[in-house]
Amino acid sequence: MSTQMRDSSVGRQIQLPISKAFQISLNSIRIRFWRSVITAGGIFLGIAFLVSVLSTSLVQQQIPQTVTDTAAEMAAKNRQLWLVIMSLLVCTVGITNSMLMSVTERFKEIGTMKCLGALDIFVVELFLLESGLLGIVASFIGWLVGFGGIALLAAAGHGWAVIGKIGFLPIIGTLGKAMTIGIVLTVTATIPPAIRAAKMPPAVALRTEI
Amino acid sequence: MPTNEYVVRTRDLSKEFILGDTLLRALDGVALDIYRGEYISIMGPSGSGKSTLFNMIGGLDKPTAGSVFINDVDMAQLDAHELAYLRCRTIGYIFQTFNLIPVMTALENVTLPMIFAGTPTDDCIEKGVKLLNLVGLGDRLHHKPSELSGGQQQRVACARALANDPAIILADEPTGNLDLKTGTEIIHLLKRLNQEQGVTIISATHDLKMLDVSDRIVWIRDGKCERIEQRADVDLKVGEVEGVEQ
Repeated sequence: MSTQMRDSSVGRQIQLPISKAFQISLNSIRIRFWRSVITAGGIFLGIAFLVSVLSTSLVQQQIPQTVTDTAAEMAAKNRQLWLVIMSLLVCTVGITNSMLMSVTERFKEIGTMKCLGALDIFVVELFLLESGLLGIVASFIGWLVGFGGIALLAAAGHGWAVIGKIGFLPIIGTLGKAMTIGIVLTVTATIPPAIRAAKMPPAVALRTEI
Repeated sequence: MPTNEYVVRTRDLSKEFILGDTLLRALDGVALDIYRGEYISIMGPSGSGKSTLFNMIGGLDKPTAGSVFINDVDMAQLDAHELAYLRCRTIGYIFQTFNLIPVMTALENVTLPMIFAGTPTDDCIEKGVKLLNLVGLGDRLHHKPSELSGGQQQRVACARALANDPAIILADEPTGNLDLKTGTEIIHLLKRLNQEQGVTIISATHDLKMLDVSDRIVWIRDGKCERIEQRADVDLKVGEVEGVEQ
C-alpha cells in the first residue's frame, strides 16, 4: 500500500473528465437558474451597450453625412468610448460580486469535493466552465439585442438598404468583439474568487457558516 | 478484527488556532497508534479536540507540530496529487452534517469519488446502485438530499465513503444529528463493514452507543489523550430502546 502511494504514476491518477466537468457545471447553472440569469444579465447589458455603440458607428459610415465640425466629432467619439469603458467596468464589478457570492455560498460544497479527492484545479475548472458558459450565452444574446436594436432604428430612419451596405464582415467583426470581450471579462471576474476558494484546506472550507 | 499492522500513527501531534488575541491549543502532543481492521472510537466532551484530531488524521488540515503517518507515509511529505489520491482512494469520510452535494442526486453523490478515481461511467453507476442497496436506499437513487431524511442522508454519506473501497473510514460524530434509532442503525452498519470487509473505522464521537461496538476507546480531554481502553475493560450498560432490534 505504501509503495503504491509513493509511485507517482499511480499517485497521480486523479482526474475529472471534461465531459463530466461540463455535466456538473451545466447542472449547477440549471439548479441555480435565477442566480445564473442575474449574473448573465450583467454581462448581457454591458455587451448590448458595447455592440449598440459599435453598430451605430457602422451605420453612420453608410449614411451620407453633412459637413460637421471634426473637433466636435472627435469629442463625441471620445465621450462614447468613455461611456463604453465605464459601462463595461460596472458590469465587471457586478459579475465579480455575483461570482464571489456564488463561490462563498458553495465553500462547503468545495470542501466536500476536496474530501472526495478533487484537486484544487478541478474546483477552479468547474467555476470557470460555469461562468464561461454564462459568458458565451449572455454575450451572444447581448450582441443580438445590441445590433438588432440599432439595425431596427436605422431601418426605420433610412430603410433596410443601409444595413445591407454595411457588409457581412464588419457585422461578424462586432460579433467577434462582443464574444471576446464578454468571455474575457466573465472569466477574469471568476478567477480570483475561484482560486481563493480552491486553495482553502478542506477543514476550513467545511467549517464556514454562511 | 484488528490486525497487528499499524494503519495510522500520530507522533507529538499539536494544533493551535489563533482566535483574536488568544491562542487555542486544540491538540497538545497526541500520540496514537491505530491498527488495520480496528474499530476505534475517539471519545471526549465538546471542545476536547476530537474533530481537530479527525481533521489531522484525514489530511483535511495541517498540524502546527508533529506528524501523522498513514501506511507509514508521513502526510506532510505528500504533494497535492498524492494527498488527493489519499482522500479519494484510501480514506472515506463521514461527517456529522452529512455534507452531501445539494444539487446532486443520491446516486450522483455516491459516484462522484469514483469519477475522480477514473472509474468508467457504467461501472460507476453499477457500483453506486450496489452501494445504495447495501445501505437500504435502493429506491431513493434519484432523490436529492433535500428530499431525504437525516438518517437517509447519512446512509448516502456512508455509501459515498465506501465508493472507492477505502482502507480507512473516518467518521466525525456520525450520529450527532440523528435520532436514537437511526443513530443505532448507522453504528451497526459501520460495525458490519468493519467485520465483513475489514475496513478500519476511526470514529470521533461523544455518543456512548458507539462504545459497545468499538475494539478500543481513546478518551480525549483538552487536546490530550487521557487514556486508551480495550472494549473488554469497559464495563457499561447501554440502555435499550423499544422497537430497536439488536
